[in-house]
Amino acid sequence: MGENANEVPQEEEEDQIVNPFQVTVKKGEKIDYDKLIDKFGCQRLDPSFVERVERVTSRPPHVFLRRGVFFAHRDFNEILDAYERGENFYLYTGRGPSSEALHLGHLVPFMFTKYLQDAFKVPLVIQLTDDEKCMWKNLSVEESQRLARENAKDIIACGFDVTRTFIFSDFDYVGGAFYKNMVKVAKCVTFNKVVGIFGFTPEDHIGKISFPPVQAVPSFPSSFPHLFSGKDDLRCLIPCAIDQDPYFRMTRDVAPRIGYQKPALIESSFFPALQGETGKMSASDPNSAIYVTDSAKDIKKKVNNHAFSGGQDSIEKHRELGANLEVDIPFKYLTFFLDDDDEVEHIRKEYGSGRMLTGEVKQKLIQVLTELVERHRKARAAVTEEMVDVFMAVRPLPNMFG
Amino acid sequence: MGFSKELLLARLQELGIHFVSYEHPVVLTLEAQAKYVGHLGSALSKNLFLKDKKHRLYVVSALADTKVDLKVLSQRLGLGKGGLRMAPEESLQEVLQVPLGCVTPFALINESARSVALLLDQGLKAQKCLFHPLSNDMTISLSANDLDKFLISIGRSPSYVDLEAIVPVGKDQPPDLATLVPTEIVKSLDVPQQGTPIQIAAENHMPREKKLMELQGTEKISNKSKPAGDGVTKKPSGDKNPSTGVADVQKFVNEIMDKTSAILQAEVSEASIQKHGKQLGNVLSDTIRKRLTLDLENLVMTFKNTAYTEGFQSKIGSLSLHK
Repeated sequence: MGENANEVPQEEEEDQIVNPFQVTVKKGEKIDYDKLIDKFGCQRLDPSFVERVERVTSRPPHVFLRRGVFFAHRDFNEILDAYERGENFYLYTGRGPSSEALHLGHLVPFMFTKYLQDAFKVPLVIQLTDDEKCMWKNLSVEESQRLARENAKDIIACGFDVTRTFIFSDFDYVGGAFYKNMVKVAKCVTFNKVVGIFGFTPEDHIGKISFPPVQAVPSFPSSFPHLFSGKDDLRCLIPCAIDQDPYFRMTRDVAPRIGYQKPALIESSFFPALQGETGKMSASDPNSAIYVTDSAKDIKKKVNNHAFSGGQDSIEKHRELGANLEVDIPFKYLTFFLDDDDEVEHIRKEYGSGRMLTGEVKQKLIQVLTELVERHRKARAAVTEEMVDVFMAVRPLPNMFG
Repeated sequence: MGFSKELLLARLQELGIHFVSYEHPVVLTLEAQAKYVGHLGSALSKNLFLKDKKHRLYVVSALADTKVDLKVLSQRLGLGKGGLRMAPEESLQEVLQVPLGCVTPFALINESARSVALLLDQGLKAQKCLFHPLSNDMTISLSANDLDKFLISIGRSPSYVDLEAIVPVGKDQPPDLATLVPTEIVKSLDVPQQGTPIQIAAENHMPREKKLMELQGTEKISNKSKPAGDGVTKKPSGDKNPSTGVADVQKFVNEIMDKTSAILQAEVSEASIQKHGKQLGNVLSDTIRKRLTLDLENLVMTFKNTAYTEGFQSKIGSLSLHK
């Protein structure tokens, strides 16, 4: 299957670096996803999968599946096989709460996970790695906990079902059965291996080096005795961005050695910055992304002034050559967020041939994004501290399946 | 609106209460206040406006130096751990009717503050203390005796507490301050989002309260400004409407009706009737489904989560009743 948790992504020789702590490409280039799939050893999600998901769930597949945003997987076919046989699974995803300001790129995995929860009717655990951010971003413990709670509100606003969802922060939850699994995992991973997988150095503090098991063990149902007691064989599906693959390569390597099922993964590509694929989305540059707190005016301004256009320099040239859809950000964003396949195809044809101008595409994008952000804002406003407490309460979830 | 500073001072004089007043520029923090009145020999007070999970409100008035541990206080009041939070700004305006940075026991003179509990630091008894008289541009100094006179005149019985005491609360030790918890819940009105001045003032207001909560925020924890690019600080959570947290069936149904009507009204026109004729019903039905489904799913999920939260809180509440 091409899995190799021992393989060191030879950073120095590669022109792209993708791991949980760093995503960079050679200047002026885009991420090569085919190369990445090859190197990591995961599988492509081909269109037959999308059809199968539609059949199995009896509902239209999510726009991210149709447009290839979620494009890679490990063992997703086994999850589907098992599901068709009547076996259940649970979902596991998470966020490192490093900032209060969430942008649309942050929401992508959560939007998809919500769809999976609704379509398959399965429970979900969401991990907030406040400890990780405390260590990597050098935040105080209190600040990282506070950010975790704030981020939890935006996550809840994505529409997760409280009767099927458990949100936890590492600082609150690590201990008990969870910690026992952490130790089991840690015993199976040598120092050399984590150095190989994550690129740690002797100068890194021991907090970092011992962190990987924390992100690994939510893949095992026994980490949540209040939810899955007695269901040690329950499978786990992890929707995440592809840079998280190393954590779960390590986890999949360890799982059989400690008597657990390997978690399955379904992975997404990166969400491009407003200024283009080669630009970096950065919390310090507000114009690199659309934030969930942006007003309609902000969105209009950002898209009009900062979205990288694949259109030609002059109208004549544009009519002649059409837009470069490979690099055009407004069109790219529309493929993420405009649900109507026919409309997207229409724009692809018209804009690509030069009949439609960039301004029109941008206008459509502004409308779509404004609606999305407004819907999120309203949902967010309805999330109270009490609701966060409840999502994070260690409580049983009866009826979590079906 | 509420009582004014002038009315309050007149009332104090009527009651024969001795106080000395000091005017100064508007101050929003303890540090700023100390600059003007810190040298007078009277003790500066810090005043916290808190709420618990059942939306009951508390004013805690203590010496500036007294350590107030909200976790301990919460347990002593029988609210469990972490039951106390800072009250939202809207409550400050609606209930206490004082500006930001001006929490003071004197605000209890307002009818709207009828159900707010008052906890007084016993350290206040030792000397004359400094409080804001309903506005931040003045400080008055008076003794605890005189403060009591005032409180009794508005129908309150002053209760002084050793706020720094770490009192264990457990199965055999009931919360010692539980009697101070208000029995009524303050009904506050829906206040729509205020304009910028309050948000900016919130930045100044928070550091004082946060300092008192002894957090070690390395960044400005209170800094709620977003990288929005236009210089205006925004609240991240939109409306902090006191009626959120309640699964309101009527409101919910009305919203659905409004949205459906809006679509119907927009889509039925001379042109569309001509175009679709008898099929208009089917066309409309499809349109409504297409346009409304996502919004409705969100609305319903929010409703479900809110109702579940209410139920959960109720269960927690009933557990503590059976101690």
